[in-house]
Amino acid sequence: MNNLELQKRANDVRKGIVTAVHSAKAGHPGGSLSAADVFTFLYFEEMNIDPKNPDMEARDRFVLSKGHTAPGLYSALANRGFFPVEDLKTLRKLGSYLQGHPCIHIPGVDMASGSLGQGISAAVGMALGFKMDGKSNRVYTLLGDGEIQEGQVWEAAMFAGFRELDNLVVIVDNNNLQIDGAIDEVCSPYPIDKKFEAFNFHVINADAHDFDSLRAAFDEAKATKGQPTCIVVKSVKGKGVSFMENNAAWHGTAPNDEQYATAMADLDKIAADLEKAGEA
Amino acid sequence: MADVIKIATRESYGNALKDLAEEFPNLVVLDADLAAATKTGIFKKAYPDRHIDCGIAECNMMGVAAGLSLAGKVPFVSSFAMFAAGRAYEQVRNSVGYPNLNVKIGATHAGISVGEDGATHQCNEDLALMRTIPGMVVMCPSDDIEAKAAVRAALEHEGPVYIRFGRAAVPVINDKPDYKFEIGKGTVVREGKDVTIVATGICVDSAIGAAEKLAADGIDAEVINICTIKPLDEELILKSAKKTGKVVTVE
Repeated sequence: MNNLELQKRANDVRKGIVTAVHSAKAGHPGGSLSAADVFTFLYFEEMNIDPKNPDMEARDRFVLSKGHTAPGLYSALANRGFFPVEDLKTLRKLGSYLQGHPCIHIPGVDMASGSLGQGISAAVGMALGFKMDGKSNRVYTLLGDGEIQEGQVWEAAMFAGFRELDNLVVIVDNNNLQIDGAIDEVCSPYPIDKKFEAFNFHVINADAHDFDSLRAAFDEAKATKGQPTCIVVKSVKGKGVSFMENNAAWHGTAPNDEQYATAMADLDKIAADLEKAGEA
Repeated sequence: MADVIKIATRESYGNALKDLAEEFPNLVVLDADLAAATKTGIFKKAYPDRHIDCGIAECNMMGVAAGLSLAGKVPFVSSFAMFAAGRAYEQVRNSVGYPNLNVKIGATHAGISVGEDGATHQCNEDLALMRTIPGMVVMCPSDDIEAKAAVRAALEHEGPVYIRFGRAAVPVINDKPDYKFEIGKGTVVREGKDVTIVATGICVDSAIGAAEKLAADGIDAEVINICTIKPLDEELILKSAKKTGKVVTVE
């Protein structure tokens, strides 16, 4: 898929996020939007998956360690064909299978997550299991930059680095904001890249909103042997929705009807611009 | 009278893992730097490639076990009960119990059986914590024979299981030709009519001893061994309670 096609898909994923959270009247749009391009690249380009056969044994695995950004994952899965896009509107509703944080019975979801710091350990376990059996499945996990304040992340990193799990890619969504404010004002985890390097990771810094940068990073990860890879993606929280961008207040707040209309207008404008770019 | 054979249930655990390794090729064993004490070292010696020492990091170990189970392995995770059920409680709840994964937890040095190590290591809360987790089978075997049977039953069962083992050597009490183990089934080890003593784990032997002392005072106690704390054999306990009208539990 070329970059323009990926950009269009990512914009659809963003529309799904905003629609789901608006419908639920709760949820986490900021970190879902910052990771929307990563979700898109993983599900439309990078991972060996089949929406018609979500339990395919040879599939690559993804664990959303920053589980609160479930709207981003759900929207990517829906847009990729794992379940109807229309179902995104049932997010967080009683009786819906799309709960506030990922649960394992959702088509395409490989692990329950949401309690921060735990997803990476499960991803490490999967990677180890595949290695032990000589299988070629790759494992991806997405962490928030605030999440890496959890000690368990570094227990998992130490284990993965020591075990040289080169079938594992840890992605850190570095949007610099957590609920209480800027991560370097709350409890700074910087320098993120140097920390993972110290735990024997091959570290790549990339631009979360540039598909050339993402493609290069994931290709480099695949070519890396004898070490797990950590891709630190510099992102903008709330990316794509003007009033949500770089604003910690939109970490876990749903837009009201008026804000929803503005958000969708922003995304429609991006869609129109992408159409124009395609015609040019 | 022949000498009573005494074996610590943690020893039985390590031996059972080794003995079942061929039959259960997907079995892997995880430990957090306590293989010598939990006795998973017995398994490690025989199957070094299937023993994963996670270092002193129980929370990560529990998550790694969850991931291994999702990659088709059947992990037995080991540490002291204090750390397996205590420190890693939330990991067991959210990464093992909630997704209902096929992870087995073998927790040793449970309760006050850890003894002289002192209160920081005496986990008296593990049974209470583990049985609150939906779908979790909780077992507490009373001797070598039952401990080995429980390990096998855990491997044959699909879903999360917690088994608690003791540190100290305890007498073998289930060495009967008709002994049969089933998850969720208790056994009457001594019939009586005056009072029911329901005991679990290494306290079953003490309960039998107590019943013998009571007999000398003319009190005929019934002793029930409940290895499976969850699901509980309510039928057996209620039947005995109706008969005797009095129930004492020992754990």
